[in-house]
Amino acid sequence: MTGGARRADPKPMDVDALIDDPGTKIVVCCGAGGVGKTTTAAALALRAAERGRRTVVITVDPARRLAQSMGLEELDNTPRPVPLPRPVTAGGGSRDGQAARVSGDGQDGQDGQGSLHAMMLDMKRTFDEVVREHADPERARQILANPFYQTLSTSFSGTQEYMAMEKLGQLRQSGEWDLIVVDTPPSRSALDFLDAPKRLGRFLDGRLIRFLGPAGSGTFRLLGAGMNMVGSVVGKIVGTRFLNDLRSFVAAFDTVFGGFQERAERTYRLLRAPGTAFVVVAVPDSDAMREASFFVKRLAEDAMPLAGLVVNRTHPLPTGPGADLSAEWASTAADTLADTHPLAVAALRSHAERVRRRERELWLLERMTSTHPDTRVTEVAARPEDVHDLVGLREIGSALAGDER
Amino acid sequence: MTGKGGTGKTTAATALALALATGGGRVLLMEVEGRQGVASLLGSAPLPYEERVMLSAPGGGSVSVLAADAEAALLEYLEMFYGMRRAGQALTKLGAVDFATTIAPGLRDVLLTGKATEAVRRREGGRRSPGGPHQYDAVVMDAPPTGRIGRFLNVNSEVAGLARMGPIHEHAERAMSVIRSDQARVHFVTLLEEMPAQETRDGIAEVEALGLRPGAVLVNMVGPRLLEGVELTAAAIGELDEVALIDGLRVVGATDPTGLAADLAGEVRSYALRHLLELRVRGELEDVGRPLVELPRLEGGMDRAALTGLARRLSEQGVRK
Repeated sequence: MTGGARRADPKPMDVDALIDDPGTKIVVCCGAGGVGKTTTAAALALRAAERGRRTVVITVDPARRLAQSMGLEELDNTPRPVPLPRPVTAGGGSRDGQAARVSGDGQDGQDGQGSLHAMMLDMKRTFDEVVREHADPERARQILANPFYQTLSTSFSGTQEYMAMEKLGQLRQSGEWDLIVVDTPPSRSALDFLDAPKRLGRFLDGRLIRFLGPAGSGTFRLLGAGMNMVGSVVGKIVGTRFLNDLRSFVAAFDTVFGGFQERAERTYRLLRAPGTAFVVVAVPDSDAMREASFFVKRLAEDAMPLAGLVVNRTHPLPTGPGADLSAEWASTAADTLADTHPLAVAALRSHAERVRRRERELWLLERMTSTHPDTRVTEVAARPEDVHDLVGLREIGSALAGDER
Repeated sequence: MTGKGGTGKTTAATALALALATGGGRVLLMEVEGRQGVASLLGSAPLPYEERVMLSAPGGGSVSVLAADAEAALLEYLEMFYGMRRAGQALTKLGAVDFATTIAPGLRDVLLTGKATEAVRRREGGRRSPGGPHQYDAVVMDAPPTGRIGRFLNVNSEVAGLARMGPIHEHAERAMSVIRSDQARVHFVTLLEEMPAQETRDGIAEVEALGLRPGAVLVNMVGPRLLEGVELTAAAIGELDEVALIDGLRVVGATDPTGLAADLAGEVRSYALRHLLELRVRGELEDVGRPLVELPRLEGGMDRAALTGLARRLSEQGVRK
């Protein structure tokens, strides 16, 4: 028949235990593009807030309507209070994003009252802040005006990941939050979130940039004439104007940052510290599941704690007699009824399609769990429409926590 | 071929390449994201940086695949134009290649779009026979997703801000002249879901604003139409004729027609809700004014036979070189 139950169901993730645990400080949601990371992150954050924790969710590039549902109208890098869908404090409950002070300025949540804040990452502004924090005003001005910096801070691949980490570090240090939920940037690969910051740090601290930097720096002297050839090659490829911009950028930057790489390492360590948990998000298609597999493997290698895998948009079968009705039987029956019972035909065909779809999903899930047998897996069934309000997010949170299990 | 993540870009690009090769065409399918998506689609080992015939199309056509990566493209480029293999090695050691290929904006994209446009221009017999036939009848690129497509294809302006002269600049100009030409189209893969469709509409507007030419909208994974009109609406609001359903199930000998009907009614309702949404999304996509092409959702896994089937569906809808 159809396999209503799997041979070895993986254990579901215990979401409430995770978000209720005062030891859990950071939850990072990662996965391929288009799998519903932002929705998952927002739903987890909302649930944590409703269960009494002072929570902030950092999102990167949320869908417009989802952002609006959380009162995020602009990318301003500041955690904004999100009015929870039902009143949690006196005077709360207003749906007006600006007026609602359901959760204030980090003041609430003191007597076990949860709150939700959300912010959209503005990577340029975060980068600017880092520069201003570390440079005297004149140097900061020079750096901020440099064309190379302007490109670096807006469009270098890796900057977004680096800045997400940077922001995470800042929020963690502020001590204002019980729980920080991070939605990772839409990268080429989910692993970029872990690797890009180090890569950017390595580059900014690297031999190349020192070599391109002011003449007379250590590496340059040591390597001597052989390097002139390379220098002229670089100039040839990218143009001398570019080199000059880069040189003045490095000169200004070098005095400001002793160790960009060290900074990247430090935030990376934060991800390995106790209190951080990863939630890998996927949908039941082979690309997304493969990406999730890579990520799970990588987390294990780096000894980073995996809370579990969330598989969004699955198509579970009904729980009644429909669970045992096979696709073959339904298709044959539909053929028999073709001319007489149009509604039954439609129902049987839609059932047959759903069963086949479910079989494929279970196959993908089994492939995943057979490679990583200890992974906890939670499914969130497909909904007819995308989530774009807090009530919808709450329902997703409830599905994640298995309220109906 | 671009589209939101998860819409099946690689599958659609491969099917398009096969459809264009049908009837004897020579097509290059190029991927640029370093994901080895084509290899995993075809169930083959990871592909090297090399144009390799991987698929044959009906009528003697062939599809070559190139899994491009920026680093190999840079070294190839240095060698080709400057005979600078040794310099390339020195640059690799210094981290310059890392810089140019993974960190620098534009440069990576210049190299990849440059490689693609070189393949478009390439003629049989190389540069010595400028009048010869082109090596490929078409080049299909499995491009970055909609979120990054504008920046990717618009390498010229990105690079112009940094490298205002020099070979990289010229290289970018040359690539742009192909990308902007009437020979190039940016196709969008989407699903009948809100977000991919929204990104498709935004992407088309962005591409047009950049002076590039959007092509077709390829609606992927289209499910069957099971209900229409009044019945569809009734099912969506939960008012489907359960008596008729039970009757039908009884006729085919179901053991528990009433219990089964309740389960199936739930399924039909979610199908109907979903389908109504799909119809709305399709309408919004039609309003964009680009031709719509459809590919069905396949419930089995993907293999070469399934890809050939998808390519045929494209050919039937008028896709040809």
